[in-house]
Amino acid sequence: MKICVLVKEVPDAAVTKRIDPSTGRLDRGGEKNLNPYDTHAIEAAMQLKEGGEVQVDEIIAVTMGPGSAVRALHKAVSLGADRSVHLSDDALAGSDVAATGYALAQTLKRESPDLVLLGQQSDDGECYTIGAVVADHLQMPSLTQVIKMDVSDGGLRCERQAEYGYDTVQVELPAVISVGDAINEPRYPSLKAIMGAKKKPLDALGTGDVEIDASRVGTDGSQVECGNFKAPPAKSAGLIIEDEDTNETVEKIVAWLDERKLI
Amino acid sequence: MAGILVYALHYEGAFNKNSLGAVAEAARLASELGTEAHAIVVGEGVSDDLAGQLGGYGAAKVFKVEGPEGLSQPVVDAMAKVMTDNGHDYALFGGGLLGFEIGAGLAARIGAGVTMEVTSVSVDGGKLVAERPILGDSSISESRYKGKGIIIGRLNAFEVPASNGGTAAVETVDVEFSPWSTKAKMVQRGEQRGADVDIEGADVLIAGGRGLGKPEGFDQLQDLAGAFGGNSAVAATRAVVDAGWYPYAAQIGQTGKTVAPKLYLAAGISGAIQHKVGMQSSENIVAINKDSNAPIFEFSDLGIVGDLNKIVPKLIEAVKAKKGS
Repeated sequence: MKICVLVKEVPDAAVTKRIDPSTGRLDRGGEKNLNPYDTHAIEAAMQLKEGGEVQVDEIIAVTMGPGSAVRALHKAVSLGADRSVHLSDDALAGSDVAATGYALAQTLKRESPDLVLLGQQSDDGECYTIGAVVADHLQMPSLTQVIKMDVSDGGLRCERQAEYGYDTVQVELPAVISVGDAINEPRYPSLKAIMGAKKKPLDALGTGDVEIDASRVGTDGSQVECGNFKAPPAKSAGLIIEDEDTNETVEKIVAWLDERKLI
Repeated sequence: MAGILVYALHYEGAFNKNSLGAVAEAARLASELGTEAHAIVVGEGVSDDLAGQLGGYGAAKVFKVEGPEGLSQPVVDAMAKVMTDNGHDYALFGGGLLGFEIGAGLAARIGAGVTMEVTSVSVDGGKLVAERPILGDSSISESRYKGKGIIIGRLNAFEVPASNGGTAAVETVDVEFSPWSTKAKMVQRGEQRGADVDIEGADVLIAGGRGLGKPEGFDQLQDLAGAFGGNSAVAATRAVVDAGWYPYAAQIGQTGKTVAPKLYLAAGISGAIQHKVGMQSSENIVAINKDSNAPIFEFSDLGIVGDLNKIVPKLIEAVKAKKGS
């Protein structure tokens, strides 16, 4: 079995994010990190490989992004991926969710994976959508927000939480599965793995290498135009208390509640 | 005809509240566009009576498709066919997991633009424009569509009116599902885990998150809710529900319940957007968290930066003392 894990480089969660007024896009400067949800996807792939119920021959980390995204791939490899694929091209800049999913799907076709795993969401705001877009282009069954995944009947038996409780769904392979952070506890990379990450094979590809129709990606190929950014309606800032003397803190909380007749 | 098609999710004979809000919102927008709002229902043995009820919320017509319930890809097949055959330019979804899955897959299938977590939709120049909060709700971005548009609402973004009692015409549509759509099969849907907890009706909600550190942390929150007495209950975030620390029935957020109590006290909750959507309408929000950078402090009325294990026991005693006085 060949597993491709989609990963993404995102701004560090501790960094304040902002829109670059000149481009209307997210300012991707500053500290970057591997999207935390994707580490759960890599761990899920590693657990399938180590679980012994199915033979996993290769785990490949795949990303689309600028040159700096290589660091996210190095991190993915240090967590267990055998090699990585980096799709990077100026023509892709400004791609919306649907265009990004199309470009990633074209890249994945080159690998013919038996399973595509990804984190259910990215820290920088593309909510829950890439997996379903990629699956439709690859013509594979898809399930998102999976919190348990077992090999069963030649496919995967997955659990996820949905609108009315927990669903259990049996999925045939090949498939695209996005996972939630409750699925596992990602391992820490060993020092040796971190040191060796840069030596593992990395394919650097452009749009021409994966048969991407340039008219379907980038700003021009995207079907939605985002802009006209504005501040949300102002809400007065709340009172913040640093707990230094807990007795005093609790007195303040009780007084605050009392004033609002909440107690 | 540039109509709007709404996916109406249903379960055990009733429509999802957010879907009804989306139908009503589509009817409002369609009226401004000079067109009609339609709905689509996909399920096994859905009656014409049930489907027709969507007329009470503004759907002029309901397309009924026989197919599996609770899975996204058969709905993508059905919506793509109905939109193509009937010339709909827009699809609208209430919030929730299936809206994200179906909307995204549908965008890929029909080459549409898609916007998720939408809080407001308007009409400009004969087209729909969607507004979406971004960057942790610190900014609002506007989405305009070059061609077809798919708009997925944030939970509770669209108000749910009472039904006007009207009924919609129901048209049964046969859909040939894609081979890959039939490769995911529902084994069990809507399984409830843990006991029932009534959090929607509570005036005071004490909610716990991963910051509690261990499942036993909820015992302390129960004591705090008990100290408030009256109509108080304990709620939880998705992370701790998924971890098995507390029942699903008490989960707040995107895939849980939406609440608006008089007091929402969040203990050890970071305030991720998925949680925020379920509780942001609370009248008073108090947060206790060790991390001064936790997003929840950005929308709390009172934020306590500190160790809840030190604060909560003393707060229980103080609330008891106050109530006793």
